[in-house]
Amino acid sequence: MTFVDPELAGRVLEAALQRGGDLAELYAESREGFRLSLDDSKVERPVAGLELGACVRVVEGEASYYGYVDGLAEPDLLRAAGSVAEAVRGEAEHPAALSAAEPRDVHPIAKRPQEVDASTKADLLRALDERARAAGDEVAQARVGYAEGRRRVQVFNSDGLAAADDRTRVRLSAQVVARRDGRVETGTDTRGGHAGWELIETDPEQVAEAAARKALTMLDAVDAPTGRLPVVVGNGFGGVLLHEAVGHGLEADAVQKRASVYAGKLGEQVAEPFVTAYDDGLKTGEWGSDGIDDEGTPTRRTTVIENGQLTAYLYDLLRARKDGVESTGNGRRESFRYVPVPRMTNTYFAPGQASREDLFAGVERGLYAVSFGGGQVEPATGDFVFGVSEAYLIENGEVTAPVRGATLVGNGLEALAAIDAIAGDLDIATGYCGKAGQSVPAGVGQPHVRIRQLTVGGTGE
Amino acid sequence: MTDGELEAAARRAVEAALAAGASDAEGFTESGVSRNVHVYDGEVESLSDAGGRGVGVRAFAEGGRSGYAYGTDLSEDGVTRVARAAYESAAVADEDEFDGLPEESGATEVAGLRSAAFDDWSTEQKVELALEVERAARAVEGVTQVENAVYSDAEATVALANSRGFQSGYAVTGAWSYASAFAGEGSDLMTGLGVGLARDPGRLDAEAIGREAGERARSLVGARQPASRRCPVVLDAFVAASFVGFIGGMLSADAVQRGRSLFADREGDEVADPALAIADDATDPDGPSSSPFDGEGSATRRTALIEGGRLQSFLFDTRTARKGERATTANASRGSYRSPPSVGTSNLVVEPGEGTLEELVARAGDGLYVTDVAGLHSGVNPVSGTFSVGASGRLIENGELGQPVRELTIASDLVSMLRAVDGVGAEARWVPFGGSVKAPPVLIGTMSVSGS
Repeated sequence: MTFVDPELAGRVLEAALQRGGDLAELYAESREGFRLSLDDSKVERPVAGLELGACVRVVEGEASYYGYVDGLAEPDLLRAAGSVAEAVRGEAEHPAALSAAEPRDVHPIAKRPQEVDASTKADLLRALDERARAAGDEVAQARVGYAEGRRRVQVFNSDGLAAADDRTRVRLSAQVVARRDGRVETGTDTRGGHAGWELIETDPEQVAEAAARKALTMLDAVDAPTGRLPVVVGNGFGGVLLHEAVGHGLEADAVQKRASVYAGKLGEQVAEPFVTAYDDGLKTGEWGSDGIDDEGTPTRRTTVIENGQLTAYLYDLLRARKDGVESTGNGRRESFRYVPVPRMTNTYFAPGQASREDLFAGVERGLYAVSFGGGQVEPATGDFVFGVSEAYLIENGEVTAPVRGATLVGNGLEALAAIDAIAGDLDIATGYCGKAGQSVPAGVGQPHVRIRQLTVGGTGE
Repeated sequence: MTDGELEAAARRAVEAALAAGASDAEGFTESGVSRNVHVYDGEVESLSDAGGRGVGVRAFAEGGRSGYAYGTDLSEDGVTRVARAAYESAAVADEDEFDGLPEESGATEVAGLRSAAFDDWSTEQKVELALEVERAARAVEGVTQVENAVYSDAEATVALANSRGFQSGYAVTGAWSYASAFAGEGSDLMTGLGVGLARDPGRLDAEAIGREAGERARSLVGARQPASRRCPVVLDAFVAASFVGFIGGMLSADAVQRGRSLFADREGDEVADPALAIADDATDPDGPSSSPFDGEGSATRRTALIEGGRLQSFLFDTRTARKGERATTANASRGSYRSPPSVGTSNLVVEPGEGTLEELVARAGDGLYVTDVAGLHSGVNPVSGTFSVGASGRLIENGELGQPVRELTIASDLVSMLRAVDGVGAEARWVPFGGSVKAPPVLIGTMSVSGS
């Protein structure tokens, strides 16, 4: 799958180091994509794309200089390398010899989505629409989407690294609106992975049905309670809480700038001894998985919390060099138009010993937060806010009425320390994570988790 | 690439799509250069200089089926390949009687989109500007750290051609800077953001951007969770802009026609206090999203959205205008050549009112001054308009800013909030929140604030 051969890469790195630098890197990428949506029962907006481009980066001390180009023509690559080199002020350095690299074959693709007829994809969306509308008379509107992408990546650096990756992702999404009198509620669901068409083949309509079920359920919702309450967070997408409130604070750029509450806390007990969490970019076929990260480091599983102790931060090459450690394979970028920064891959709590029922038992009055509309966290303080899109009251150990308009407000460190039970039903959902103006696919997940107490902001009393 | 070459490539794309069998076609080409400087602790942390270009083609087949394709190869072969892919993908779409190219195209003259002074700035001067922003933030007493001081700019040239004879192009420049500062320590660490945007770096006030970041952080040190209450709330310009941006999205005719807007069927209704007037204006010379024509070649204009307390208009592109039996408002927007045009806001402008921020705070008496909201997009139900979002800011006590507060939520629904507007400040500014919005601070008569 070579589109930049090692000789050309060598010449580009040589040009990039013409005025010195500790490290030079060439990241080349081919991006092919196709997406399609269905809205108001009509298949629309088919979009096909093909992009080629590269990013050249020179690192000198703690400074990075970079530039990108559209296209992979040698004169363009050499021009980009020359312009990046202009920012450096030193004696020429020379890159180590490069070899060819083949992709690491760790996320097998059974059926290439590109080989499936576009009309089959359109029919798939029609089937989802039908299933959503069949879920109940009160379903008013459905929007479903299909997207596939293939990113072929080659990374070369002046230390002699040559690595490649061939990434295929598919994703289905559904958003369903239900209406009763003046009440309108929305439900969403997705299925996606670093996988081929095979991921879609088994009951894809389930995605639409799940979204419809959420919207219909929320029609019966009462106003959310407010105050400090025990909260059981649902499995799968509930893991967004871990991603936002803990994960971002473990990214080494935030840690090194003391912009994280987790700075200086390695080895400290931050949670109960039954709490373990991972960032795992190697987990087979998951949405946030790759073969290598976007600096050529093989992906791996990093234990970030082990038996309640904070055990690791997430590194890219630059921040790893600064701390004198190895990269954890978390140097990710949206595309060749960006430089990599430390990012999560798939982040999740390990399954615990409790049963799902145990978590609700004994809760006299609490909130069961199943699905989030999204969230935001300030890594420096760990303060977070999450909108809860699907939630229920817990009363006397039982899950009762659905509630709407709930918001969880809290602090990551405090919430982590307040986890008092974890169930065994691990599930990982798909998300897009935004940071530094870049959006990358990230898996978020967990089993059911109970937090002793959290501030719930709502519209009710 | 020169403007002429870009227009020629767009024209070639149209011809290639027609040759492939399209009944109508549109080619959009774009070429740009952007620079980005991050400084940290008095040193350059990263510096980039990047150039990009691409082409996007919209092809129509019989029955208003439309398909889109894009690519980075602007050679004759590359453009032809993209045009064919667009036409092929159109075959998958269902028929849409309303879709198609605008009947009338044109370009409005918008002064000063491309600043000539933009070219006078060397990379060294831009680095110095970012360093000055950082120094100004650090100079604020109580600031313990400046996490980021960033300067970015971009110069872009775009061209559009279609099979109805339209062909035009324009160039635009923009420069932005922001800093994020910390004040306080440990669990009391608070952050503050300062921003500025203009057509060229010479019109950015580095000292003001840095100072804003520092002062925003410092003013929150010692923040506590307040008790729950119902009270008047003053939204600062950042927060007002975020809400206005969200409301702008709800006024898209596409959202309205698909039953996804709380404003559906409410044209002409009283939806706000008369003090609040909002327009979409792509012709404002200072607007970051201003342009002579929209993403499908309709001449841009100013559209009053909310005025005199009433909902005046939705935002239309050609397709939604036909469907709604209206004229387009030239709001077909494009993020880049990588996506087909769709209805979107250009610049949202809130008509300034009277009075300084201090006067709004004094009028509030006892209430809350909000400087930051989190989770707006997840916290607002786009269909019902009810929301509950996290916030931080300061209490207003006896008409003056008092105790800093955090970990609270403010809740209402959008229309109730708009109707409860009790004052609009005079000092409007452009901010990059909620799209590109020019907003002053806004006083809301009463909102529900929940804390401890």
